Amino acid sequence: MPDEVNRHVPEDPERRDVLKFAAVGALGAVYAGLVGYPVYRYLASPVEKAASETAVNEMVVEGGAALPKNSALMFKFGAKPAMLIHHEDGTYTALSAVCTHLGCTASYEPDEKRIFCACHGGVYDPHSGANVSGPPPKPLTAFKVQVTDGKVVVQRS
Amino acid sequence: MAKSSSSVPESRVYRWLDERLGLTEIIALAGKKRVPEHKHSFWYYWGGITLFFFVVMCITGVLLLVYYRPGESAYESVRLITYDIKFGWLVRSIHSWSANLMVAAAFVHMFSTFFMKAYRRPREVLWITGIGLLSMAMVFGFSGYLLPMDELAFFATKVGLAIPATLPVVGPWLSDLVRGGPEVSAYTVSRFFALHVVILPALFVPLLGIHLALVQKYGMSLPESEEAKPESERKTIPFFPNFAMKDLAVWLIALNVLGFLAAVYPWQLGPAADPLMPAPKDIHPEWYFMSSFQILKIFGNWFPGALGEFLGIAVFSVGVLLWAIVPFFDPEKRSGLWARRVTWFGFFVVFVLLLTTIWGYAVLPAGK
Repeated sequence: MPDEVNRHVPEDPERRDVLKFAAVGALGAVYAGLVGYPVYRYLASPVEKAASETAVNEMVVEGGAALPKNSALMFKFGAKPAMLIHHEDGTYTALSAVCTHLGCTASYEPDEKRIFCACHGGVYDPHSGANVSGPPPKPLTAFKVQVTDGKVVVQRS
Repeated sequence: MAKSSSSVPESRVYRWLDERLGLTEIIALAGKKRVPEHKHSFWYYWGGITLFFFVVMCITGVLLLVYYRPGESAYESVRLITYDIKFGWLVRSIHSWSANLMVAAAFVHMFSTFFMKAYRRPREVLWITGIGLLSMAMVFGFSGYLLPMDELAFFATKVGLAIPATLPVVGPWLSDLVRGGPEVSAYTVSRFFALHVVILPALFVPLLGIHLALVQKYGMSLPESEEAKPESERKTIPFFPNFAMKDLAVWLIALNVLGFLAAVYPWQLGPAADPLMPAPKDIHPEWYFMSSFQILKIFGNWFPGALGEFLGIAVFSVGVLLWAIVPFFDPEKRSGLWARRVTWFGFFVVFVLLLTTIWGYAVLPAGK
């Protein structure tokens, strides 16, 4: 008799439950993806845009040639702030202005001849960008500077 | 031996939560709750469909808030959302389509409630809160329509706000106040924005809460044909999981319809509003305002001048008021001829709404 009964039940009910859960789960995952992907791309759109802007590798710094000695000019290199420093010896340095500690914008101080970040007192060397004192863990990123035909061109090195 | 799999999990986390939230009570209640099943059960899903679209509106509304800027830069920000931000067109399209589908589902819900006489004792407050919710949904629609500040939005709002201006004494003052000046401008956009995203939700959500709590309290109403049957012959299904699963399936269908419409017929953005440009020839309100728009036009033709506008507004307001208080002149006790008359009144209202809507679209001049 028990054999008779089994023949009328084609599938194990527990197995069927597992299949049902798997199917519902898969469908749920498909919908979550269909809804989640556009929402993610929508929210990430400005991030992607900024990333494509940072792809800029070379630019002319407007007003760079007219920069007086012992002073600095802030400019936007890609999406982030950078500074061009005209030293007293006539040479130029271009550095990222983003402090390597917590990302504040650092500035050149002509009196002290140093780069200073006001947020936590980080100090950098204006020629090399090396971190001299305070909390910054790394030097500022340095860029190549070329002065040709009265134009200052900055390049990612 | 392990406990049987059907028993409630008795983990420490569960016990901690249960002690504080009364989960066992809620689960027992959900298990006991039953929903009537009969040949008119189809109409029970429309409130849930409306709710689903409302939730979609909230989510896509918050997403739009991420990039939308009211005031002077409104058009530019919507242009950015539509053409620049990835999938921005889709988010905006879903928001607009969902708004239309929500109003449509609310209308179906309202008329099915009406013809099943579900507004009778003790559900009078449910009916009135429902009317309040639908009215607010229409104000949501009207205020949201202006926010992109394109040509169509500008003129539709201009025309819409010219209607209350014809009210005697307070009309012009009221219209100027709503507009924030004598002309639809960036000020209008900013105050419609505040209305659309702060004031209306703050009023709508609590009212929706009352509406839903009352549905829980009284359950689904039975149509007269079912009420006539002895209790033993009435069929019911458990709310959980049976009805909840069916509800979920219906929501999935709603989501698919919404996704299809929004992706295949994306909501358009017209040229920026320019007060010096002539109004587009085919300027017309959203479909759910078409009937009232046409009724005002008809009265305006019958009685030229401000009188026509005023009479149109008056007749329309009386109609809406009668509709809102229908539970009080069609109470439970009065059945037979009187109840049938109220049903005929409902048919008349549907007829007038359909006729004037079709009429309104029929007399529109062809577009540019």
